[in-house]
Amino acid sequence: MIGLNHYLILAAILFSLSVAGIFMNRKNLIVILMSIELMLLAVNINFVAFSYFLQDLAGQVFVFFILTVAAAEAAIGLAILVVLFRNRRTINVRDLDELKG
Amino acid sequence: MAMITADQFIFYLFSTIMVLSALRMITVRNPVHAALHLVLVFFTTAMLWVSLEAEFLGIVLVLVYVGAVMVLFIFVIMMLDINLVKLREGFIRFMPAAVLVASVMLAELIIVVGASVFRVGRPPAAPADYDNTRALGEVLYTEYVYPFEIASLILLVAIIAAITLTLRRRPDTHHQNPSEQIKVKASDRVRVVKMEAEKDS
Repeated sequence: MIGLNHYLILAAILFSLSVAGIFMNRKNLIVILMSIELMLLAVNINFVAFSYFLQDLAGQVFVFFILTVAAAEAAIGLAILVVLFRNRRTINVRDLDELKG
Repeated sequence: MAMITADQFIFYLFSTIMVLSALRMITVRNPVHAALHLVLVFFTTAMLWVSLEAEFLGIVLVLVYVGAVMVLFIFVIMMLDINLVKLREGFIRFMPAAVLVASVMLAELIIVVGASVFRVGRPPAAPADYDNTRALGEVLYTEYVYPFEIASLILLVAIIAAITLTLRRRPDTHHQNPSEQIKVKASDRVRVVKMEAEKDS
């Protein structure tokens, strides 16, 4: 019998994998953005699973809004990436030290 | 040996595909291959959501994510000329820290979500005439109408931000100015010069 905790553990595995992805690909801005998308997806799986097992539609409405915000975030992030590449000819995180942070 | 039921088979098959392709996404060398593996993760998640009676969100995930966001990703990756060797350096060096952090996080999450509070069984299946899209729309346009409008505003901000960020003004290119062209009068273009007639001598 597949219960709620199966879905929660699946989402936890995906979330941990995306955290590992951010750690390992810390030079590559594109893969970091894709890992963030995967993280949001893991959270959305939790929302949908809770919505189904508790029979409450509010979870699905929240997934709808998270998808909207994630799409906006991806569009702006990729626009920043394109401008960055146009000005610096690189997307290596190591080279982005102009702010001296 | 206990028989596995259909819903167990579907869940374990899809979650295996999801975890393996997510693993490939973070380890593969080429960003295009990583994007394609992420597409597979999104598609399998959509199937899993359909099996959880969230049909509308499953379709939206395929349309918006596979159809728009990931195409945008692949578009940008192919447009940029990236030095892959430079971006890969340090991959092995950061691997132990990544595995350590991820496994500690995963262990903590499993301890929390494995508690007996979350062992909720499946609710009874929805009746055959249940319409997920209609039910979601009824809630979205009544109870959540203001958040819905704010979401449209967020999308508008994203459109304007993406356009203004990537808009490039090039002063050296030649282009037409239609309003100047329409405003022009005949007197601006043709100059009538009065002069004495030339006489042959």
